[in-house]
Amino acid sequence: MPGFDAFLHPRPEGLYCPGGDFFVDPVRPVHRALITHGHADHARAGHMHVLATRQTLDIMAMRYGADFADHTQVADAPMRIGAATVSFHPAGHVLGSAQIRIETPGGVFVVTGDYTRTPSAACAPWEPVPADVLVTEATFALPVFRHPDPDPEIARLLDSRRTFPDRAHLIGAYALGKAQRVITLLRAAGWDGPVYVHGALRRLCDYHVDQGIDLGELRAATIERGNKAQFSGAIVIAPPSAFASPWVQRFPDPVIGFASGWMQVRARARQRGVELPLVISDHVDWPQLTATIAELAPAETWITHGREEALLRWCTLNGHRARALNMVGYEDEPE
Amino acid sequence: MRRFARLLEALAFTPRRSVKQAQFLRYFATTPDPDRGYALAALTGDLELRQVTPSLLRTLISERMDPELFALSYDYVGDLAETIALAWPDGAPDTVRAPDPPPLSALITELQRAGRADLPAMVAGRLDALGMSERYAYLKLATGGLRVGVSGRLARVTLAEFIGVDVAEVEELWHGMAPPYTALFQWADGGPRPEPALASLRPVMLATGFDDLDPGTLDPADFAAEWKWDGVRVQAVAEGGVQRLYTRTGQDISATFPDLLERLVFDGVIDGELLIRTGDRVAPFSELQKRLNRKRVSGPMMARLPAALRAYDLLLWQGRDLRAEPFATRRAALEDAVRALDDPRIDLSALLSFDTWEALAALRAAPPDPVIEGVMIKRRASPYLAGRVKGHWFKWKRDPMVVDAVLMYAQRGHGKRSGYYSDFTFGLWDGDALVPVGKAYFGFTDAELRDLDRFVRDHTTDRFGPVRAVAPQLVLEIAFEGLNRSTRHKSGVAMRFPRIARIRTDKPAAEADRLEHLRALLPPELG
Repeated sequence: MPGFDAFLHPRPEGLYCPGGDFFVDPVRPVHRALITHGHADHARAGHMHVLATRQTLDIMAMRYGADFADHTQVADAPMRIGAATVSFHPAGHVLGSAQIRIETPGGVFVVTGDYTRTPSAACAPWEPVPADVLVTEATFALPVFRHPDPDPEIARLLDSRRTFPDRAHLIGAYALGKAQRVITLLRAAGWDGPVYVHGALRRLCDYHVDQGIDLGELRAATIERGNKAQFSGAIVIAPPSAFASPWVQRFPDPVIGFASGWMQVRARARQRGVELPLVISDHVDWPQLTATIAELAPAETWITHGREEALLRWCTLNGHRARALNMVGYEDEPE
Repeated sequence: MRRFARLLEALAFTPRRSVKQAQFLRYFATTPDPDRGYALAALTGDLELRQVTPSLLRTLISERMDPELFALSYDYVGDLAETIALAWPDGAPDTVRAPDPPPLSALITELQRAGRADLPAMVAGRLDALGMSERYAYLKLATGGLRVGVSGRLARVTLAEFIGVDVAEVEELWHGMAPPYTALFQWADGGPRPEPALASLRPVMLATGFDDLDPGTLDPADFAAEWKWDGVRVQAVAEGGVQRLYTRTGQDISATFPDLLERLVFDGVIDGELLIRTGDRVAPFSELQKRLNRKRVSGPMMARLPAALRAYDLLLWQGRDLRAEPFATRRAALEDAVRALDDPRIDLSALLSFDTWEALAALRAAPPDPVIEGVMIKRRASPYLAGRVKGHWFKWKRDPMVVDAVLMYAQRGHGKRSGYYSDFTFGLWDGDALVPVGKAYFGFTDAELRDLDRFVRDHTTDRFGPVRAVAPQLVLEIAFEGLNRSTRHKSGVAMRFPRIARIRTDKPAAEADRLEHLRALLPPELG
């Protein structure tokens, strides 16, 4: 009996399934690509055929233009591709994100893409999908990453706003997923005032609303000249890149916050000059990651990207077979 | 404990004073005694809890976690306490899921009282029960590693704001108080103003740098100056039969200097310099250090290195508080007091006579004693203020920059120097040519002036009215205080307070410094 490798293995373009002649999240243009979610390092333009969820396809079109691929197909039901049967299952990471289950004659593979088991009102929750081979991410695969509940983290933002009612609170959050996760958390915490969003977030926020996700009142974070005061005490969400620009200085004495799993480590927060670090993640943390492997008990665990050493060590200690794929092209430190 | 952890977090992530203060005020207002006082002491480094060592923490975590996983984690986080706080396997991942922690004061008392043998189990038990950010705060507290940029001064300014009094009032009481400062907090809550302890340290007045100022904006007549001695700034306090010697940071060094302490037979507070002095000879700081390092001092050592006080200022005297008085009034009182004490081991710091900043610079450049490290400049009208308040006292340390330049031109002086060539223009090499870089007319003795004058007369190559050009043969060591860019000077640089430090007849002119060398000393260009 051939090893699992014969049915799915890494190639320079990405993870390749020879039975179906397709790649998962390829980093270079290929003939056929299956895409887990819309983040730029996983979803790239220029493939011939793309199979993904409706929402991921919409997001790619928004990012790259409607002609980002020659052919697109919505993954809404199990589908046969050559010798493989593929199906998409919610990953809980961002809107449209999916784990891809690939059934081959050599076993069932589940490619998680990025995922989290922390539920969010901004996307469908993660579902366990049993597999012979779990192909997992390992972004936060260190025992120090134990992300707290997001609700008390958001409470800290509202608390800071009460302490500094005149200061604008500028929260850095990635445009796809994290921004909407933060806004829905704010709404759940009872914040019913306006949330100001940076221009770079607008279209994605509108798309979430179109998809039935309630984000409440959103306003453009544009300041009229000489009218700083209108942003006193405002909550503003912006992509991290905006914090390096003069845009920030337009706000009255801003509190700079950042919503990310990395904020758990103080040195990281200080490095970025963050005054209000909010540990809000859309990836599995260490307990979730190890629990997933323990619960699904796959015959093998393959690690696509992130910090694989610690996870390999944990698998060895706990009697799980594991290997690192050392795949390149994915951001080791997204969020 | 939860509020303390939150305060610690907020303080750690903001570099701004005003924000730190706002966080403190909120904490004081919402936290009962004695927790708020303990928190204040812990954050300013006034609470010593050093029983829990890094090696104890390593042992605890190695019993609970795979060493390789810990090593990978520690490598990533870079801080032992933080790594353990985050990775502690049995602890709750966040505060919400943890039970309510005990108050800060209870944890501190417990740490203070625990015996060595009980410590590991006690710390482990606390880590099991605390939430993540409390674990961090607890470990930082227990290991004495709370470095969040809160100075004692910031704490006292904030406390004064909280009580609603001037910071001077808090400073006055502070050194007689110990954590958890309950009396101060009760004062804030409407209780009585605490009584200062007998012979406690009074807030010390500190100087700012003179180099950062443009002396052109200050009138020398408004200032007094005295030598800045390289000893230890001290406050000698004697009240109601209690005698104390404090360093300016509040360390009580009475026991180290009993020979001086027994001479504090007065009722008052003297600000001065602690020196090792035999007759008029002041010993270098290294000699003083030999005594500072010991808790107790032997008779032979006191005989060999006798302590003395050189008095700078008088804060209180025979029941009278002089601090609100101007320097001139305090100085007169100090002179009377020292005269009345009539003790050879307690003498006055001499005032320097100067009419211009140049003259003071010259004094500073050539102090009469090697143990002098510069001059102190004090505004005659200033009261004695707590802390480092700008605009009153300045220290002007002796740390000149130096170049070896070649004498190029000389001009006759004015007044008592009118018969001499006493204004000297010097230059540095730029390629094969000398470029003038500055002018000096002081720094030399009368005897040296006569030598310079003779050199000029003997080596004149040209005359332009009162100015003579001289053959480029004499090297002068020029000391100066700073360097600025200049568009007026051909060299592109302008020196602050240049003066002739030495006449280098031993050095050939060709070996004098080059202009590039001077330009390299320029501060970096802005913008």
